[in-house]
Amino acid sequence: MTSPADVTVADAAAPPPPSAPRAGRRSRRGGPAGLSRGLLWFAVPALAFYLFAVVAPTLRGGMLAFTNWDGLSQNYDFIGFENFTRIFTTSSSLDALKMTLVFAFAITILQNGIGLLLALGVNSGLRSQNLLRVVFFAPVVITPVVVAYLWKFMLTPEGAVNSTLEALGLGFLKQSWLGDPTWAAVSVVMVVVWQHAGYSMVIYLAGLQSIPQDLHEAAAVDGAGAWRRFRSVTWPLLAPATTINVMLTIIGGLKMFTEVFVLTGGGPGGSTETLSTLLYKSAFQFNEFGYGIALALVLAAVVAVFSIGQYRLSNRKADV
Amino acid sequence: MFRYTRITFAREILMFVVAIVFVIPIYVLVNLSLREGGDVTSPLVPVFSPTFDNYADAWSQAGLATALLNSAIVTVVSVTIIVVISSMAAYPLARIMSGLSTTVFWLILAGMLIPFQVALIPLYQTMRDVGLLGSLWALIIFYCGSQVPFSVFLYTGFLRALPREYEEAAAIDGAGTLRTFRSVVFPLLRPITGTVVILNAITVWNDFLVPLLYLSGTPQQTVTVALYAFVGQFVSNWPVVFAGLVISIVPVLVVYFLMQKQIIRGFAGGLKG
Repeated sequence: MTSPADVTVADAAAPPPPSAPRAGRRSRRGGPAGLSRGLLWFAVPALAFYLFAVVAPTLRGGMLAFTNWDGLSQNYDFIGFENFTRIFTTSSSLDALKMTLVFAFAITILQNGIGLLLALGVNSGLRSQNLLRVVFFAPVVITPVVVAYLWKFMLTPEGAVNSTLEALGLGFLKQSWLGDPTWAAVSVVMVVVWQHAGYSMVIYLAGLQSIPQDLHEAAAVDGAGAWRRFRSVTWPLLAPATTINVMLTIIGGLKMFTEVFVLTGGGPGGSTETLSTLLYKSAFQFNEFGYGIALALVLAAVVAVFSIGQYRLSNRKADV
Repeated sequence: MFRYTRITFAREILMFVVAIVFVIPIYVLVNLSLREGGDVTSPLVPVFSPTFDNYADAWSQAGLATALLNSAIVTVVSVTIIVVISSMAAYPLARIMSGLSTTVFWLILAGMLIPFQVALIPLYQTMRDVGLLGSLWALIIFYCGSQVPFSVFLYTGFLRALPREYEEAAAIDGAGTLRTFRSVVFPLLRPITGTVVILNAITVWNDFLVPLLYLSGTPQQTVTVALYAFVGQFVSNWPVVFAGLVISIVPVLVVYFLMQKQIIRGFAGGLKG
């Protein structure tokens, strides 16, 4: 679910070193014939779960998107592309599509920006580096439902956010956070960024720690100031971390459900409805399964377009 | 590497301030959960006479004991199955790079692109037909299927970088494939198994939508759904609600603080560009 799509290979820790170089033996790719035959059976249990819980329902879902099934009755009719036409001609679903994109965009920019700043701050030779890392990452592991309820309370008119603003003499900034369409959207973004900035930070930190220190020193000797060193040394070398972070935040932002569902329920007045919340409501509250699945397919397409597009874009940049 | 200068000290102070701002919500959460019901002082003012009544109320009324147990069962069983089936599947998929094996590999990886919402609704119907709706097994089966692609992906990547000599030595010593896998390959996979366990456990424990759909209207609840129902009931009594929220995140935070190194490494190390 949070599975980050097509991110490159894992190396949580380096595997043990090879005991001997294996040059010149590539011809025997399958290993001994007897071994390879039986070996494929090892994939059967995983495949069984995967086919039952993902592949088969996805295929059925693809079919049901072209029907008017209500989710309860035995019968349904094929109605062609009607559900999809409805999605692209109804204002509620078009608004949800727009909001999905706006959320994903805002979250991507802010979460990565803040994550990068935190990483740079934590990585600047502080004594409390580890403590700070643990603190900033902590919200990432907290259950999103809990985070959403916590903030829902803090954002009430008499909540902690408004009373803090008041105490700081910033009373004019007080808002009815979740009661106003624009501020409700801002609140959702703020909550998501608060929870996940530490995740981006951790990935940036891994990137920062892989940059050799002598590059910075060489640049400093050449007279480059702090900003110049960041622009010309750090930032380009962080490109892999940025690619992963942007990919993760775009996908996460597009699929986001819990935060919106709990914080605003899509409101006020449908202003924060996204494809995820709308498809949930259509399928399970309004008994329009066919339409709900069509929305899910549109969401799937949007996610695919953005992940592939972003992947190609960052690959092209790497070639230059 | 860095010299510790006055500027570094200033930076350190600045980062501390940022960190304090960052944890204010958590402070408010705990602070409020210790208050009397009608207390309307600012949520930021520390509570002077803490009460644990809210915790007792939340514990008894939200059914958190059952919910925590259910969440624990679902998480442990799902993650165990995921680890076993994904590591097993990765073995042939990493070692045989031709024919059927490659096809299966790509079929599984394609699952990382499919958003699970498409599958969720038809699977709901299947679960209902086979009578698993409302049972923890519905969740376990779903997680095992939906987490396979990412877990197999991590395992295969790791295994491909692992030399074959160990397995070949075991085979020469007369070990069968199962024995080789169990006693040689699986132990070598330990570092990546750590990552797989951490990422999947957090995903499963924190999931809200799937249990909301598959368990709704039944007495079987996981923590997230129990909280959802509980808040709906007690929305005016925030201190009790907050006590419930605190109870539900304590297990996660305890594990996090005990294993923070491994967990952060798991998140950052599971993905490398």
